[in-house]
Amino acid sequence: MKVFGHKPTLSAWFGLVVMALFIFIAVFTPWLAPYGESQNVGGTWDEPSMAMLLGADQIGRDMLTRIMYGARMTIGVALAITLLSFLIGIVEGFVSAVVGGWVDVFFTRYVDVMLSIPGLIFALIILGVFGSSIPVLILTIAVLDSNRVFRLARALGMNLTVMEYVEAARLRGEGLWWIIRREILPNAWAPLVSEFGLRFCFNFLFIAGLSFLGLGIQPPYADLGGMVRENAAAINFGMMAPIYPATAIALLTVSVNLVVDWMLSIDARPSGAQAEL
Amino acid sequence: MAKLILNRLLLGVLTLFAVSVLIFICTQILPGDVASAVLGQGATPEALKVFRKELGLDLPAWQRYVNWLTGALHGNLGVALTNKRVIIDEIAPRLANTLFLAGYAAAIAIPLAVGLGILQAINEGKLVDKLANLITLTAISLPEFFIAYLLIIFLAVDVEWFPSLSTVYKDMPWAERLYQTTLPAITLTLLVAAHMQRMTRSSVLSVMSTPYIEMAFLKGARRGRVIVRHALPNAAAPIITVVALNLAYLVVGVVVIEAVFVYPGLGQLMVDAVSKRDVPVIQACGLVFAMVFVSLNTLADILVILVNPRLRHKR
Repeated sequence: MKVFGHKPTLSAWFGLVVMALFIFIAVFTPWLAPYGESQNVGGTWDEPSMAMLLGADQIGRDMLTRIMYGARMTIGVALAITLLSFLIGIVEGFVSAVVGGWVDVFFTRYVDVMLSIPGLIFALIILGVFGSSIPVLILTIAVLDSNRVFRLARALGMNLTVMEYVEAARLRGEGLWWIIRREILPNAWAPLVSEFGLRFCFNFLFIAGLSFLGLGIQPPYADLGGMVRENAAAINFGMMAPIYPATAIALLTVSVNLVVDWMLSIDARPSGAQAEL
Repeated sequence: MAKLILNRLLLGVLTLFAVSVLIFICTQILPGDVASAVLGQGATPEALKVFRKELGLDLPAWQRYVNWLTGALHGNLGVALTNKRVIIDEIAPRLANTLFLAGYAAAIAIPLAVGLGILQAINEGKLVDKLANLITLTAISLPEFFIAYLLIIFLAVDVEWFPSLSTVYKDMPWAERLYQTTLPAITLTLLVAAHMQRMTRSSVLSVMSTPYIEMAFLKGARRGRVIVRHALPNAAAPIITVVALNLAYLVVGVVVIEAVFVYPGLGQLMVDAVSKRDVPVIQACGLVFAMVFVSLNTLADILVILVNPRLRHKR
C-alpha cells in the first residue's frame, strides 16, 4: 500500500496508524469516552478494572475518559498554535525573501533577537505578565514559534526568488501576493509539510510542559500535561497514574516524528542538488 | 582571528542589550500597570498612587528602563513584590544549584553523545546505526517529565537506588549532593544526548562526502582513521555549535526537571514567580536565564573560530 505515492517503512506505518488513531479519538471524544469529562466514578487512584480500564485519577474520575478529553484539548491547542505560527512565519519569510532590502533586514534582525532568548523563558515572562488563558497561550507560543518557521520559509523563498519563472512573473508585472501564492508557495510545499510535523510536535510538548508546570491550560479543562502534574503524587506510592497521560503524549510525538523522519528520507533521495555532492 | 573573536564578543553584548530591552517591553505592555495588577480591583486611587511611587512607576518608561538596567549591572535587581525579599539574594544560590545540575548533566552527556555519534558515523548504514537512530529519535520526541517519571519508577521506587526528590541545602557535602542530583542529571542527559549524538553523526557524515576525504580513502587509510584524523577537525565546528545549543537548552530544560524533582533551582523560582505574577522577580530570572543562554552561544562561536583549521594561519 502506498501513502502520498510512496511506500512507508515499518516505523512510518506505526507512526501513521497511531496518528490516525489520535485524530479519530480527538474528533469523536464525546461519543467514544465511556464517562463524562468531570464525572466522579470511583475513588482516588483506583486500580484499573473492567469498568475503568486505566483506573481513576486523583479525585476519582475515569483516567481513560480524562486522557481522551485531554488529548482532544492538547492536540487542538497545539494545532491552532502551529497553524497560526505557520501563517505568520510563512508570510514574513516569503515577503522578506521576495521584497528584500530593508524589509528583509528588519525581519531577520527581529527574529535573531527573538531567538536569542530561549522560548520557554520568553513564554514564562509573557504568561507572568498577562496570566494564563487559552488565547494568550496560543498567541504567545505561535508568535515565538513563527520565528523558526520564518527562518525556513525565508531560506526556501531565497532559493526560489532567483528562479527564471519568478523573474518572468515579476516582468509580467504580477504583484507581491500573486508571486508568493502562485510561484513560491507551490514549490515550497514539501519541506514545509515535514517542518509542520516537527513544529507541531515541538508545540505539543511545549504546551504539555507549560501545563505540567501549572502555567498552561487551566482546570477544569482536561489536558495531558496538567494531568501528569495532578497525578504526580501517585508515583511516591508506586502507582502508575501519571505515566498514562505522559505515555499518551510520548506516543503521539514519537509517531509524528517517525512519519516526519520517513518523509525527510524521501526528500533526501538523490534529486538535483543532492546528487551533485 | 583576534578581530573575529572581538567582533563576536561585541555582538554578544549587543544581543544581551537588545534582550534586556525586549524583556523590559514585555513587562510594560500589560493593560494598566503592575500596581493595579497587584493591588487588584478594590484599590483606592491614593493607595495606587503611593504604591506607584514606591515602585517608581511615576517615571517615564525609558527612565525606568535605565534605572532597572543600571541597577541590574550593579547586582541590584530590586525587591520581590510578594515577600519584599531582595531578589539578588534569592537568585544567587538558586542559580548556583541550577548550574551545578546542568554542569553535572553536561559532564555525562557531552562525552557520551559525541563518542556515540562518531561511533555511529563509523558504522553508517549498519544495524547498530539504524538501531541507534531509532532510539535517539524516540528519546528526542519524549516529553521531559515522561523520562523523569519512568526513571523514578524504575530507579527510585522499584529498586530504591536513588531518592525520588532531590533535596539539597547549603553546605551539603559534595558526595551527598552528587548522589541527590544523580536522577535529575540522568534525565537531562537522556534529553540532550540524543540530539547531540544525531548532530554529531550527521555533521561527520556531511564532511565525509567531500573530495578530500575521498582522497584519504584512495590513499588507503582505514575508515576509523579517516574519520578521526581527517573528518573530525572539520566537523568540529558544527558539533561545538550543537553542544553549546544543547547546553543552553540544558539550563532552560532544567525548569521542568526541577519541578519534577522539587529541586531548589532558578527554574522553580521563576515558575513560582509566574504563578504569583511577581513581575520584578520574573524580569530578573528572565534576564539571568538570557544571560546564561547568550554567554553560552557566544562562547561556542568563539570556540568554533578557535578550532577551525582554516583560520589558524595568518593570511
